[in-house]
Amino acid sequence: MNPLTDKQLEKMLRNAPSGGDLDRAVQGVLARAERDGLVDVAYAPVDSPFGKLLVARTDRGVVRLALPSHRGHQQTEEEVLEDLAQYVSPRVLESPKRLDEERRELEQYFEGKRDHFDVPVDWALTPSGFRNRALHAVARIPYGETRTYGQIAKQAGNAKASRAAGTACGRNAIPLIVPCHRVVQSGGGVGNYGGGPEMKRALLDLEGAL
Amino acid sequence: MQNETALPPFQALLDEHGSDVLGFLVASVGPHDAEDCFQETFIAALRAYPRLEHARNLRSWLLTIAHRKAIDHHRARGRRAVPAGSPEEVAGGTPSSNNRPDTTVAGGDPELWTAVSGLPPKQRSAVVLRFATDMSYAGIAKALDCSEDAARRSVHEGLQKLRGEFA
Repeated sequence: MNPLTDKQLEKMLRNAPSGGDLDRAVQGVLARAERDGLVDVAYAPVDSPFGKLLVARTDRGVVRLALPSHRGHQQTEEEVLEDLAQYVSPRVLESPKRLDEERRELEQYFEGKRDHFDVPVDWALTPSGFRNRALHAVARIPYGETRTYGQIAKQAGNAKASRAAGTACGRNAIPLIVPCHRVVQSGGGVGNYGGGPEMKRALLDLEGAL
Repeated sequence: MQNETALPPFQALLDEHGSDVLGFLVASVGPHDAEDCFQETFIAALRAYPRLEHARNLRSWLLTIAHRKAIDHHRARGRRAVPAGSPEEVAGGTPSSNNRPDTTVAGGDPELWTAVSGLPPKQRSAVVLRFATDMSYAGIAKALDCSEDAARRSVHEGLQKLRGEFA
């Protein structure tokens, strides 16, 4: 038998054995992580008539809902996940099963078959103070009704801060479930929306608010 | 932009390095047991992750854990497969018909990988990282927590042994 040269041996070693199913291995990690309670933030894509949403939850409730990108105004999926890792927990994993209830309620909402959300909310990404009070006021606006930015500002404790109320809505981490689309301009315009003014108008139309 | 200390979402580690870690484990313990070791590796990583102080060298960090899990695996396998008191148990880690990795391997030379599996742990990991995972000596040094010279030496010694046993 001819002795192997180093080159031949190295070449054979570079031809690594294949095998092992990566998808199955990753699913195994996820299942075990869920079983052992190691998934602090579970997320999944959710289809909507406006495009793909990204929904994330903790044990406490929905912590983030990202709308489809609108002219670069929305964060990318990567940025959304990086923020969750930095501000909530780095144990962020895609776990669609954990989002089944959220997906179901959102689907029903878009079909006009649901006028409120039962899934709880986790406010971890909302800073305390005015923004927090403003978004809690937004969360109480009933289906099919609207409020002006000034009204929200007043409920948050500062009637003059309608601009700040607009900013609070613009930075809402959980749109749709915290319905900032129901906050409109006092002059009658629908105002800005993370998913674009067309989406805002369509949502208000769906709810019969226009 | 994220700075170097901000930990990326754990999903990104699975997406970016899962394939390397699985490849390393398939070459180290065989395809049949690689998925179990993969799960052990990433679950251990996930447990420790929030306490990690920075996000540098996450690939090396994962491969360090995978290296340890491969050692655990070979030890457990040796205990199970070898009769008590046999010379093989005393020697430890000698490849026998019972602890060779699954040889129904597509691609690669089964006999060679059985010989790789029988190398001492550090040489085995060094050889696998160098050739199967295509890692630099600096990367191997980080993953095996040793100097670059020591990494070079482990690869060299591993190759010599393989030539002796396999050629």
